[in-house]
Amino acid sequence: MSEEEFEPTIIAFCCNWCSYAGADLAGTSRIQYPPNVRNIRVMCSGMVHPNMVIEALTKGADGVIICGCHPGDCHYIEGNLRAEKRAEAIDLMLEDFGLEPERFRLEWVSASEGPRFAEVMKDVVESIRELGPSPYR
Amino acid sequence: MEHKRALVVGGGIAGIQASLDLADAGVEVFLLERGPSIGGRMAQLDKTFPTNDCSMCILSPKLVEAGSHPNIKLLTKSELLGLEGEAPRFVAHVRKHPRYVDEDKCTGCGICTTKCPVKIPDPYNVNLDKTRCLHIPFPQAVPGIPVMDASQCIYFKRGKCRVCEKVCPADAIDFTQQPKDIDLEVGAVVLAIGSQEFEARLKDEYGYGTFDNVVTSIEFERMLSASGPTSGHIKRPSDGEEPARVAFLQCVGSRDLQVERAYCSAVCCMQATKHAVILTEHLSGVESCIFYMDIRSYGKGFDRFVDRARDEYGVRFIRSRVSSVEVDPETDDLVLQYAVDGCKLRKEKFNLLVLSVGLCSNPGIEALVRRLDLEPGNHGFLVPSSFRPVDTERVGVYACGTINGPKDIPESVMEASGASSAALCSLAGFPAREVSQRLPPEKDLRAAPPRVGVFVCRCGINIGSVVDVPSVVEYAASLPRVVLAEERLFACSSDSQKTIAEAIQEHDLTRVVVAACTPRTHEPLFQKTMAESGLNPYLFEFANIREHNSWVHQKEPARATEKAKDLVRMAVAKAVRLKPLTKSRLPVTKSALVIGGGVAGMAAALDLSTQRYPVTLVEKDEQLGGHARRLFRSLQGEDVKAFLAQTIRKIESDERISVHLGTEVERIDGYVGNFHTRLSDGSDVDHGVVVVATGGEEYRGKDYLYGQDARVLTQTELEERLGGDGEALQGLESVVMIQCVGSRDEQNPYCSRICCGTALKNALWLLDRDPDTRIFVLCRDVRAYGLMEPRYQEARERGVVFVRYEPDARPQVSNAGGSLQVRLKDEILGEKILLRPDLVVLSTGITARPGNKPLSQSLKVPLDADGFFLEAHVKLRPVDFATDGVFVCGLAHYPKDIGESISQARAAASRAATVLARDEIESEGKIARVDEALCSGCGACTEVCAYGAVKIDADSGLATVNAALCKGCGTCAATCRVGAVDLSGFSDAQLAAVLECF
Repeated sequence: MSEEEFEPTIIAFCCNWCSYAGADLAGTSRIQYPPNVRNIRVMCSGMVHPNMVIEALTKGADGVIICGCHPGDCHYIEGNLRAEKRAEAIDLMLEDFGLEPERFRLEWVSASEGPRFAEVMKDVVESIRELGPSPYR
Repeated sequence: MEHKRALVVGGGIAGIQASLDLADAGVEVFLLERGPSIGGRMAQLDKTFPTNDCSMCILSPKLVEAGSHPNIKLLTKSELLGLEGEAPRFVAHVRKHPRYVDEDKCTGCGICTTKCPVKIPDPYNVNLDKTRCLHIPFPQAVPGIPVMDASQCIYFKRGKCRVCEKVCPADAIDFTQQPKDIDLEVGAVVLAIGSQEFEARLKDEYGYGTFDNVVTSIEFERMLSASGPTSGHIKRPSDGEEPARVAFLQCVGSRDLQVERAYCSAVCCMQATKHAVILTEHLSGVESCIFYMDIRSYGKGFDRFVDRARDEYGVRFIRSRVSSVEVDPETDDLVLQYAVDGCKLRKEKFNLLVLSVGLCSNPGIEALVRRLDLEPGNHGFLVPSSFRPVDTERVGVYACGTINGPKDIPESVMEASGASSAALCSLAGFPAREVSQRLPPEKDLRAAPPRVGVFVCRCGINIGSVVDVPSVVEYAASLPRVVLAEERLFACSSDSQKTIAEAIQEHDLTRVVVAACTPRTHEPLFQKTMAESGLNPYLFEFANIREHNSWVHQKEPARATEKAKDLVRMAVAKAVRLKPLTKSRLPVTKSALVIGGGVAGMAAALDLSTQRYPVTLVEKDEQLGGHARRLFRSLQGEDVKAFLAQTIRKIESDERISVHLGTEVERIDGYVGNFHTRLSDGSDVDHGVVVVATGGEEYRGKDYLYGQDARVLTQTELEERLGGDGEALQGLESVVMIQCVGSRDEQNPYCSRICCGTALKNALWLLDRDPDTRIFVLCRDVRAYGLMEPRYQEARERGVVFVRYEPDARPQVSNAGGSLQVRLKDEILGEKILLRPDLVVLSTGITARPGNKPLSQSLKVPLDADGFFLEAHVKLRPVDFATDGVFVCGLAHYPKDIGESISQARAAASRAATVLARDEIESEGKIARVDEALCSGCGACTEVCAYGAVKIDADSGLATVNAALCKGCGTCAATCRVGAVDLSGFSDAQLAAVLECF
C-alpha cells in the first residue's frame, strides 16, 4: 500500500449526551468531514475500558478517539474526568503494545459543537494519515 | 364525566402535541381532524428550518404515537358543529363524514387504491400530480386507511364500478356510509385549527396561474420532497428542465395592504432561505436569489442559518420589492423588474419563480370560530392577550398554533403544550383516566439462536441520494445471523412500523437492526414496535447512517456506502449479542421545583399548583417579578404593572406554592421523579420535576457613549421614564433609537427578537405624549414579525423615520460641544446623515445569564453556543431536555416577549404534568450488573461511582448494584480489573464484537 492510497480507519467512542449529539449536529448542519471515522455510541466517555482502545488498535483501527462532555458538563457528574485519568494509563499501554501515542486521543465535544466535532475528526484523520497504518494492520 | 376528558380540534402538529400532553397526563382525548389523516401542514414540508431536519422523519413518530395512544381517540373526516354548556361541562356536537371505508375492518393493505380506475389531482402534493380517487393520503398517514373522494367516484356518478369493493380482502369498502352525528361530553376544548396559504392568484401581477414557471412556496416544498411529485428532482413545470436560476419573492400576501393583509406571516423568510439552501443541495451550481423587504430571522439559530445560506451556499439576498414579472415567450423564463439602491431599475431573468405565500385565515376557519360563540379578531386570527396567550374569550376553550396568528412549528408546539396545561387546570377536579397498555407477553428466547432482521432506511433522499441503499441491503443480507434485510422509504412511518411488526412475526426475528437516523430521537419508536411484537425492546440496535454518514459525506457517495455497510455490520454484531433487559419501577414525588420567580416561573408555578401539585418557587432576588418589574407596557401596549401585581398576589396567596426569596439552588441530586435539592436558605426539597425559568439579562456595554452621557439610555430606561412621571422627557424635539446593540454582532451573533418590537412600542408611546417629536430608528432589518407588523405600519404613518445601516457602518454617536451628534450613512440613499437628537435610545439585546453555566452542570443539561439552555429538539421538543424531568421556559431558553414566555411556561407545566400525573416511572434498563463469579470484591468500582450505587455487600463481600440509584454510565465497568462489572446494553462482549468487525 503506497502512502497516497492509505485511508486510515478511525474508531470514535462518543458519549451519548454530548459528543454523539455533537456528531448528530454536525449531520443536521451538513458539515462535511472525511468518511474514515466509525462512531461507536457509549453512554459515557468514562465507560470505555482501556482494553477497548487497545482492542480496536490491534484489530485494524489506525487511530482511536474517545469523545466526551467538557469538564464540568458530564451527564454523570465526573465520568469524563475518569476517562481523562484513564487516558494516562492508555498511553502507557500503547507503549507496551508498540503503538505510537498519537494513535489515541481524548477530546471534549459538547452537544452544541457540531462544527468542532467535524474539525476534530478532520484533524484526527489527517494526523493518522501522516503517521501511517497501525503496525497491527 | 367520570374522568378527565378533552376535545382537541385540529390534527396538525399543534393539535397532536396538545393531545399527546393531555393523554400522558391522564386525560381521555378526542382528537378531531377535518381531513382523512392527522399531520397537517408539517406533513407536507420537506425539511424544517434552521436545522434542515427531515420534516416527516420528526413528525412521523408523533403521528404513530397519537394514533396508538390508549388515551387518544382519533376522529378523522370530522368537524365540530357546535359546543354547548360551560366549563368544565361541555357537550360537543361532532359530525363524522363518510370515508366509505370501514375504519374498523380496513387493514390498510392498500390493494383497493391500486385498482381504483379514477385518477384525481393529489391534494397532498397540492395537485401537482395524480392519485387515485380512493387513496391513502400519504405513506405515513395516520390512520393509514384509504379515503374516497365521492365527488369523483364512478360508482357515485354513474352507478357502476365498485372495483374496490370486489378487491378488498377485508370487506371494508362501504358505499352506504352516511354522515354521522356524535355528541361528546368533554371538560375542556383546545382549538388548533390552523391557517391556510394565501391565494397567490390574488396578486396577479406576479403571474401565478398565468405563467407556468411561477409556483408557490408550498408547491416548491413538495417539489423538493423525495415523496413529492418529482421524487425530489427539481424540474420547471413548463418543460421539465432543471432550473439554473431561481428567484424567491417574499411577502406575497403578507405586509400588503392592497390585499388587506397588514400582518407579517412570520415564517416565510426562514422558509425561503431553507428552500434556497436545499435547492443548492439538490442542484449544485444553481443560482438562487431572495427578494425581500426585511429578513426576519428572529428565532433561535435563525441568523446563523441565514448567514450560512449567504456565505456557504451563495444565496443572494436582495432588499427590493419586485415591480413586475414578465414572461419570455420563447423560453418561458421570467423577467423580474426591481429597483436597486432606491431608484435604479434593473431587469433580471430567472428560470423559476417561487412566491413565498403568507399564512391566513379563511371563511371556514372563521365560521368554526363563530360556531363556538367566539369572535375572530383582526384578519380572522384569534389574537389572544399577551398575558393569557392560549386563552379565548370562552372559559374552558383554549387555542394554540397559527389560529392565534402566524408562527413556526416550535412556537406552535409550545402554545399547544401551553393550551394543554390550561385545559389540565380546568380539568383539575376530575379523576385521571386509568389505562394500562396491553402488551403481548415477551417471547422466551433463551433457547433460540439470534435471528436478525435489518431495515435500511432511504429517508426519502436524505440517505438514498448519497448511500446506495440496495447494495447496503444486499450486503446486510449476507451477514451471519441475518435472516431478513429490506429497505424502507421512511422506516419511521406508521406503515413501516406495521411491516416491521409483520416481518418480526413472519420471519420469527429475535433481533432488529434499523439503519437510519439517530437513536437519540428515533430509538423509542422502534423499541415500542418491538414491545408490541412480543420482543424485549432492548433487542434492538441502531446504525446511524444519516447524521453520521449521508449528511456529512454528501460528496463521497461510494465511501459513504462503504461506511454504511461497516456501520450495519457493527450494529448486527452487537445485536446478535444483545440480551433482554428489564426495567424497575420507581415512585414519583408529585411536586415541582421552579427556579426563577419572573413572569415565566410564576406562570409555570401557578399552572402546576392549579393542577394540584405542590410547588417550590425559588427566586434569587428579594422580590418576585424579574425583569418585568421594570416594564410598564407589553409590546401590544397592555398594562404590565397591573398584571404583575395580580400575578404576585396570586402566588403569595396560593397555599400550594412555597416561595423562597433571596434564595438560590445550591445542589440538585436525583433524577426524574425523585429529585432532592438543597437551597441556599438551608432548606431541603424533594420534588419530581424541575422547571428552569431563570431568565436572561439585558446587554450592557459602553457602545454609543452609554454610561458616559446621561442622554444615552437603553429602551428599558426610557420605558421607566415614560411609565414614571416622565418629567425628564419634557420638550423632546428629536430622539434617535439605535437597533441591534449587543445583538447580531460578533459577540452575540443572534437576534434578540424583541428589540424591534420594543422600539416600536416606545416610539409610539413618545408620539402619544408629543406628536411633534421627531423619531429616527436606525436599524438593519425591522423584525416586527407576525401580528406586530401593523405597529410598524402605524409608526411609519405617524412619522417615525426608519434609516437602514450596515453592520460594518454602524452609526457614530459623539458629544460635539455639549450636544449629541449621530452620524450615519444611509444604506439605501447612500447619503451621509447627521442628526442632533435630544436623546439616543439603545435597543439593547438580551444575553444569557452567567448563572446558567453552573445550573446546567448541576442539572446535567446542555447550553447552546450563546449560553442559553439547549432544548432536546429545536422543533418538536422546545421545552424538554434530553434529561427527563427537567424543563425550560422564558428567557433562559432564548429572548422572547411576555406572551411567548407565558405560553412556554405553561408548556413547561404541561410537560411536567406528564411526569407528575404518573404514580411511578420506569427506570432505565441499561444499568450496571455484577458477575459474582468473577468479582473479587476489590472495591475499585465503588470508588468511582458518583451516585453511590455500587457497594460491597457485607455478607458476600462482593460488589452489588442498587438499580434505583444506578444511572447507567458504565464507569464502574471500565474500572473493573477482572471484567466482572458490565453495563448492560454496552457489555465488554458486545463492544468487543463490534470492534471485531468495523
